[in-house]
Amino acid sequence: MPEATRSETPMNLEIFTAGLWRENPVFVMMLGLCPTLAVTNSVINSLAMGAASIFVLVCSNALVSALRHFIPRQIRITTYIIIIATFVTMVDYIIQSISLDLYNALGAFIQLIVVNCLILGRADAYAAKNPITRTVLSALGMGLGFTFALVCLGGVRELLGAGSLLGFQIFSSNYQPWVVMLLPPGGFIVLGCWLLLFNWLKQRKTSRLIAAEEAIDHSRQIETT
Amino acid sequence: MQPDSLIFIFLNAFLINNFVLALFLGLCPFVGVSAKRDTAFNMSLATIFVMFVSSTSAYGINLILQYYDLEFLRLISFIAIIASAVQLVEMAMKKFTPALFRALGIYLPLITTNCAILGVALFQTFREYDFFQCVAFSLGAGVGFGLAIMLMAGLREKLELVNLPNVTQAAALSMILAGILSMTFMGFAGLGGGSV
Repeated sequence: MPEATRSETPMNLEIFTAGLWRENPVFVMMLGLCPTLAVTNSVINSLAMGAASIFVLVCSNALVSALRHFIPRQIRITTYIIIIATFVTMVDYIIQSISLDLYNALGAFIQLIVVNCLILGRADAYAAKNPITRTVLSALGMGLGFTFALVCLGGVRELLGAGSLLGFQIFSSNYQPWVVMLLPPGGFIVLGCWLLLFNWLKQRKTSRLIAAEEAIDHSRQIETT
Repeated sequence: MQPDSLIFIFLNAFLINNFVLALFLGLCPFVGVSAKRDTAFNMSLATIFVMFVSSTSAYGINLILQYYDLEFLRLISFIAIIASAVQLVEMAMKKFTPALFRALGIYLPLITTNCAILGVALFQTFREYDFFQCVAFSLGAGVGFGLAIMLMAGLREKLELVNLPNVTQAAALSMILAGILSMTFMGFAGLGGGSV
C-alpha cells in the first residue's frame, strides 16, 4: 500500500492525507460523533468500529461515485442511504460470523453506522462529484482518520477507566480505576479535552503564521526605507 | 415498577437511559441546534413527531418482515420509513409554518440521519416490545431528547454572556458541559434500577 500511494502524483497523496489530520472527521469536522462516543470504552472496540466504518465508507462511496451520473438529484439522499444500508447489513452479518463477543459488545451501534453523518456527508460532498480512484483514496483517508480519533478516545478511556491498554494491564494493581471514564460522562469529557487540545494547537499555529508574516512585512518595510 | 409496564418503559427512555446523555444517540442535532432555546424547542417537537411516526410504522413493517422471513431487509426498510416520515414533516412545516421551516434549515432533512430515531426503531425490535410499549418507548425517547437539548440550549445561552478563553470555542466546551449533564443524569439510575 505505501508503494502504491508513493507512485501516485502528490495531489492524490494529499487527498489521502487530508482526512487523516487536516480535515479529521471527528476532531475538526465534528462528524459521526455518536459511534465515536458510544463504543470507545476500550481500544479493541474502537478498532473494530473503525474497521467496520472504513469498509462501509470505502465501498459505499465507491459505488456512489460509480453511479454518480445515473442518480437523479431529487432522490439522491434516499439512494445514498439505501446503498449505505446495504453495506451496513453486510458488515453486520460479517462481524456476527467472525466474533459473537465483539458483536454483542458493539450491539446496535454496528447497524447505526447507517446514520453516521460522516458516511452520508462524504457521499454527498465528495463521492458524488469525483471519479472512483480519488473517491476511494479520500474515503480511505477519512476512514483512517476516523479510526485514529476513535483509538485516541478509546486509549485514554481504557487507560484511565480500567488501567489497561488492549487488555494488557498497564498500571499496577493498587491503581484505583477511574470508572466514570468508562461510563457515558467520561466519553463526553475526554472528547471535550481532545477538542481543547486541538483548538490550542490550531491557535498556536495560526498565531505563529501571523507572527511570521508580520516579521516578513517588517523586514520589507526596513528594506524599502 | 414492573420492568415491562408502560410507565417504566417511558421513564427508562426519558430519564434513566436518556437517549442523548446515556446512550449517545442524536448527538449531531444536540451539538448543532442547541445554540438558541426556541429553535431547540421546535427541533425537539419535530423530532418527537418523526420518532413517533417512524416507531409505530417500524413496528408494523417488522411484523410483515417477520411473517415473510425477511429480517435481513430490516435496516433498509426502517431507514426508508424514517426518510419518508421526515419528508412528510418537511412538507407539513413548509405549508403551515414557513418561518420555522427556514429557521431549522439544513437540520430538518438531517433528522433522517439522527441516530436516535433509527435507535428507537432498532431497540424496540431487539426488546420485542408490543404496540403500546413501542408508543411509550418512542414518546419517552423523544421527550428525553427534547429535555436534553433544551437543557443544553439554556446553558449555552447563559455562556454567551460570559468571558471564555479562546481555546474553548466551537464544540469543545459543549462536550464538557454535556459530560457534566450526563453525570447528573446518572443520578436517575436509582429510579428504576438496573441497566438495559
